[in-house]
Amino acid sequence: MRKWLALAFLILLGFFLAKITSAFPFGVESWGVSKHYVDKGIEENRGSNLVTSIVVNYRGFDTLGEVTVLFLAATALAFLLATCRCRRRYERWEASLIVKAASETLYPLLILFGAYIFIHGHLTPGGGFQGGTVIASAVMLMLLAHFTFHPNHKALSTLEGLAGMSFVLIGFAGLIWGGSFLANNIIPLGQWNRLFSAGVIPLIYVAVGFKVGFELSGLITDMMKTIKEE
Amino acid sequence: MILEYFMLFLLFLMLALAIFAVETKDLLASVVAAGFVSLVASIVYLYLQAPDVAMTEAAIGAGLTTLIFIIAIRKTERYEK
Repeated sequence: MRKWLALAFLILLGFFLAKITSAFPFGVESWGVSKHYVDKGIEENRGSNLVTSIVVNYRGFDTLGEVTVLFLAATALAFLLATCRCRRRYERWEASLIVKAASETLYPLLILFGAYIFIHGHLTPGGGFQGGTVIASAVMLMLLAHFTFHPNHKALSTLEGLAGMSFVLIGFAGLIWGGSFLANNIIPLGQWNRLFSAGVIPLIYVAVGFKVGFELSGLITDMMKTIKEE
Repeated sequence: MILEYFMLFLLFLMLALAIFAVETKDLLASVVAAGFVSLVASIVYLYLQAPDVAMTEAAIGAGLTTLIFIIAIRKTERYEK
């Protein structure tokens, strides 16, 4: 009975979603604010990756909210892990030689690749979130391969806080000297398609990259060293 | 044309893998299938010319989420009751 009710509800939901989305024009040129982004985005921000210009500058406040949501999720997980009756230590196990050797080779390369992604966020696809996640998976790989690898949790959370704070401070600098929160006219914009260009956009994405990387690394370390009590 | 058929194949593959991930009792297989759904989704995003979203999907959906679920399974139980 409940299954059929759920099925009927899903069909009804799908019907209304299809009805709503069929009203939107798809694949035609759009007007309004998105037109402005496409036409003037490169001229105004000098970033060759238009997506980054939109995400970090025009919609920078939303990105700040996104970072906050991630922080809230990590805090909630830390709270859940703290309330369980668990022991806090690293499990001891021996990974195979192949995993150990491969992880030692891959770890610096993965960190470098993650840093590359968020430093070039305004030039090539990708940015702070993607680069931070790659760095966190590098830390995760080392945690899985070596039980003696213990990241400093306090340092991770301090650095994460500093990175998050610098995002807000850049925003306030824009408010004081540029006229609006996260305004992109406080430092020279530079030339299009260069590493040092696009004003504050690369600075913000480096901050986001550090924040996401440290946050997820800390979260994974927290999970790895929590053991359920028998 | 052949690319469109390939995309159609990928979409149906995603659907089948997602159903498998929900239905199977082996949670490890389920997590791997869910990671595979993300990987295929990132290919579809790449085809739709959204490389930024494709990178996010590949790094978070296929990489980190799968690994976090594997830790969770390691700490709890592998089979659904």
